[in-house]
Amino acid sequence: MTAKGETIQMRVEQISVFLENKAGRLSEVTRILAEAQINIRALSLADTSDFGILRLIVSDNDKAKDALRKHGFTVGKTDVVAVEVGDRPGGLHAILEVLRKANVNVEYMYAFVQQSGNNAVIIFRFDHLDEAVKVLTESGIKVIEGKTLYGM
Amino acid sequence: MMFNIEFETLPREALEAIQLRRLQATLERVYATVPFYRQKFQEAKVAPSDIKSLEDLRRLPFTYKKDLRDNYPFGMFAVPMESVVRIHASSGTTGKPTVVGYTARDIAMWSELMARALAAGGASRGDIIHNAYGYGLFTGGLGVHYGAERLGASVIPISGGNTKRQILIMKDFGATVITCTPSYALHLAEVAREVGVDFKDLKFKAGIFGAEPWSEEMRQEIERKLHLNAVDIYGLSEVMGPGVAVECAEAKKGLHVAEDHFIVEVIHPETGEPLPYGEQGEIVFTSITKEAFPVIRYRTRDISSLNPEPCICGRTLVRMNRVTGRTDDMLIIRGVNVFPSQIESVLMEIEGVEPHYQLVVDREGNLDILTILVEVGEHVFSDEVRKLQVLEKRISKNIKEYFGVSANVKLVEPKTIARSEGKAQRVIDNRKI
Repeated sequence: MTAKGETIQMRVEQISVFLENKAGRLSEVTRILAEAQINIRALSLADTSDFGILRLIVSDNDKAKDALRKHGFTVGKTDVVAVEVGDRPGGLHAILEVLRKANVNVEYMYAFVQQSGNNAVIIFRFDHLDEAVKVLTESGIKVIEGKTLYGM
Repeated sequence: MMFNIEFETLPREALEAIQLRRLQATLERVYATVPFYRQKFQEAKVAPSDIKSLEDLRRLPFTYKKDLRDNYPFGMFAVPMESVVRIHASSGTTGKPTVVGYTARDIAMWSELMARALAAGGASRGDIIHNAYGYGLFTGGLGVHYGAERLGASVIPISGGNTKRQILIMKDFGATVITCTPSYALHLAEVAREVGVDFKDLKFKAGIFGAEPWSEEMRQEIERKLHLNAVDIYGLSEVMGPGVAVECAEAKKGLHVAEDHFIVEVIHPETGEPLPYGEQGEIVFTSITKEAFPVIRYRTRDISSLNPEPCICGRTLVRMNRVTGRTDDMLIIRGVNVFPSQIESVLMEIEGVEPHYQLVVDREGNLDILTILVEVGEHVFSDEVRKLQVLEKRISKNIKEYFGVSANVKLVEPKTIARSEGKAQRVIDNRKI
């Protein structure tokens, strides 16, 4: 397997949804996903005074996207990286130190719901994903493959 | 008070005789010098010599804003450029402004009409006029300025903006008359209160307000807050600029049209048929003394009606009632003409933005607030907040650059803008005017 193929496997697909900052929009999304029998693995909501962006990792990305689009939502797709973090003081810090030293910029991050064994899982959004994966794996940090994550 | 008592109180018969003579001379001139008019008259099978009475005016074709645009920039001028001493312009629907020109005599005529308007509002020689209309391509600032000088008053060419400084200047200079848009007048009152200045302590006695629609309630509010007498002034650059019609301080009930220079008609906006006095319709003007930029039956798209009743001020000039609306979708935001189609072209210049937008106009305090709702499609969507904020700022900056008016930009979900029968409702005007 080539190095390039490896990073592709290391990518996790995340969908993002544009939401107006008004009552009931978030529950509209969760209703649509529930009705489509889609499980939410992780989510994060970033908002400003008038709009929000909901980022989701779900059990079935394509199905989720179709369902949301059908209901008129604007849906985007981005690749992110899931990293195993030791569930102890300094666990996340060690990873951020690696990234800082390598000058890799983190756009945003959020925690995954499920644990991986005794470790927590953090979702990272990088501007330069391949470079970030390389830095992380070379430092012995465990990056979780997409197909493993969706089924966790 | 009257600046030109002879012409402002002419008996109807004498006025109409002057109007006919001046109309005939104008028609001969435009027929000879403006290819657009010659062609339009020929198409309508009417020659200047066919116009033998004022009633014959209705045989002439209308002139539309589009005609002015099609002849951009100087195609409608009736004199060679060396006779044009001034150029003004106003915004148009496609981004091209409507350009108008004036000869030295036109400027003198305009100054006279503006002096009459200021006098009608209560100004005279010895007054200090704080002129807060914008100076520039817009006719407001310079139009009022020349009128004030013609009147013999002292004019402060303060123009728009920097409100706190304006308050300092009006206080220190002891201004007695103010000219600006009615919404800016109320904004001034608000800022004055913030900086601890009470208009009661200032020397203002009169205000001449225009360039945007306003209401009787707003007049009362302005009079109460600014402690002055407020009158309405009307004008548009295509016809001349401010001073085409003005209210008298005596009656404050309708605007006297300067009929010795303009013939006013009210027509049915769809059929084009002239309507009798008192009926609401579209206001149409024909200039009968202008040299550089005469207009024949110009469709203003302003909705109003005419009142021929004698006025207590003694003027015999017909009164035009307050403009109650427009026949098109033009918005006037803080005195600036804004067409939804212009906003649309500004939006479409940004890659990925779809033409799904809505303009919401509110009046917060006393200022017009324009909010542009823009639907977020997948081409501009990003999972990063920062990128969407950059998009909002970019739209807002482009609007400001294009119109000189700032707008709030709000990103909304797709399909949130109501579409009725496939046609989106582009404008929601929440202003109570």
